[in-house]
Amino acid sequence: MSLPKASELPIGAVIPEPGSTRRNKTAGWRTLKPVIHDDRCVRCQLCWLYCPEGTIVEIKGVFKVNGKTYDTKYEINYDYCKGCGICANECPTKAIEMVPEAP
Amino acid sequence: MMQKTKLVEALTGNYAAAYAVKASDVDVIAVYPITPQTTIVEKLSEFVANGELNAELIHVESEHSALSAVVGASAAGARVFTATSSQGLELAHEILHIASAMRLPIVMAVPARALSAPISIHNDYGDVMNAKDTGWIIYIAASAQEVYDTIIQAYRVAETANLPAMVAYDGFLMSHTVEPVELNDEEEVRKFLPRPLRPYTLNPKRPVTMGPLASPDWYYEFKYQQATALREAYKVVKEVDALYGEKFGRSYGVVETYRMEDADYAIVTYGGAAYGNAKAAADMARERGIAAGVVRIRLYRPFPTMDVLRALEGVKAFAVLDRAIMFGSPAEGPLYKDIATVMFMHGVDKPAVNIIHGIGQRTMYVEDMYKIYTMLKERPSKEVVFMGVRI
Amino acid sequence: MGILEFRFHGRGGQGMVTAAQVLATAAILEGKYAQAFPEFGPERRGAPVKSYLRISDKPIYIREPVLHPDVVVVADQSLFQAENPLEGAKPTTILVVNGVYKAPQKTYYVDATSLAMKILGRPIVNTALIGAVVKATGVVTLHSVAEALKKYFTGRLYDLNIKLVETAFQETKEL
Repeated sequence: MSLPKASELPIGAVIPEPGSTRRNKTAGWRTLKPVIHDDRCVRCQLCWLYCPEGTIVEIKGVFKVNGKTYDTKYEINYDYCKGCGICANECPTKAIEMVPEAP
Repeated sequence: MMQKTKLVEALTGNYAAAYAVKASDVDVIAVYPITPQTTIVEKLSEFVANGELNAELIHVESEHSALSAVVGASAAGARVFTATSSQGLELAHEILHIASAMRLPIVMAVPARALSAPISIHNDYGDVMNAKDTGWIIYIAASAQEVYDTIIQAYRVAETANLPAMVAYDGFLMSHTVEPVELNDEEEVRKFLPRPLRPYTLNPKRPVTMGPLASPDWYYEFKYQQATALREAYKVVKEVDALYGEKFGRSYGVVETYRMEDADYAIVTYGGAAYGNAKAAADMARERGIAAGVVRIRLYRPFPTMDVLRALEGVKAFAVLDRAIMFGSPAEGPLYKDIATVMFMHGVDKPAVNIIHGIGQRTMYVEDMYKIYTMLKERPSKEVVFMGVRI
Repeated sequence: MGILEFRFHGRGGQGMVTAAQVLATAAILEGKYAQAFPEFGPERRGAPVKSYLRISDKPIYIREPVLHPDVVVVADQSLFQAENPLEGAKPTTILVVNGVYKAPQKTYYVDATSLAMKILGRPIVNTALIGAVVKATGVVTLHSVAEALKKYFTGRLYDLNIKLVETAFQETKEL
């Protein structure tokens, strides 16, 4: 596939398609992946706050865990998580475990 | 005598710039003060404070920030203005390249001032010449009237070519000198400067990404695009100048000539003091039987190659009077280098001397300029002559 | 008319830059061409400064200091001790001085300091000297100066200064 010519490119190196970075799934960068053990999660939000890539998502709903009822749950977006481990490092209840990526 | 019916004000070059910015209805002004630009900012602040100009005036903490702020505002679609000189222009330097490569129609006034060291607040073109290859359209004006007219023209040129434009002129010798300036009706200026449809702006309703990284597979194409755009801006400059002349009665072209129709010897130069004094010297030379003429470069970038060739066609020898030193160059005068390249590429071989003068506002007397003509007549050569310096 | 070249000598703070500018403005209002500029540099109160003015019926494009003035204006006679305000003067040069000074050329004098103290309450002599220049040379009319002054002063300050211009015009005498 040949790349576009100078005359075919938008001026000023503007990328006119917003959010095009979504096409670049960085999942392949991982060697370890985080797994959230929901029964240990107290919804402190620290993992969501600290994730440098914004790949921890907050889901609203009704979740019954260990006799408590929460209105949020945190999940990893495995399309983009790069496995840096910061979430696991910050979790105060050690609810996140870094496990080797399946081969 | 000039028409008394038109609105003629007594203004310094800097005030003329401020009035032009006001007439051009800019949206955002970001500036940091530096001699000899400060009075532009003072006048603009007055206009904004008393409601004559509806613009956001941002007082930033440095010239680097000033240019960065107008880059941001321009990217968001605003019509912007900034001004600086000398070390301020140097501090903003990295942003100059960014502004032109991002194709933003910024207009900047530069009352030219010498560069440190040693510190000089006085006029020469060291600052402008150090920015000449940053991809900006560069005008060098020779009168307060031209500063006023050119800033207005620059907005239309910049917004058509999608390139930033610099309007330079002599610091102090023009920025602080009162001259007659005919002001246009501001309504008519607004009609001359309609808001263009910008190719891209930062707008949440039509989001785009600006200022990305480009890998070796992509970078060169964008720079080639930029080089071509600057070359093509030449046509835009000429067209806008002609349209401006039709509407407001004043136009300047890209190269101005004085008594060149039958000249044997010419001084080629830029700026008000050099051009004005060279004209007086040409008159003096003519009185003494030397067929002298002057050529003024008004559009410095993109370089008006064909116009320069045409202007110098009939001469036996010419001198290029430069007011900046490009240290270590084969010839230290920047305009001389450009003209030498033009001559070489077009097979023209004539004696042409590079006169360096007016450094740090060393007075370029009419008498000195006259000596250039006698030098051209008696000992034409191809060398660099540092004139007016105690050696 | 040809070109008329003026050189003003004063001390920083006495308003000689404004004096040149007001006269330039007056000339421009009359449809003439004019150019006014100071000797550029870091200004400071009390130091001797020069400013320049050219008035012509044709466009002025030279930009060099006035070497051979047609009119020399001296804001206070003490400057004759500090420097030579008449440097480069021609036999036909007219001297306009605040105070009295015996020069070989035709001289007009006015006690601008007293007039300024009486009318303005401060020894700022530039507007008085503008009146003196108009009396000595007739280069512009008092009416044009009155109009030009509006661009530089408003309200009470304008009234006082125009009175000072007119009084000085009356009081200026040829030596």
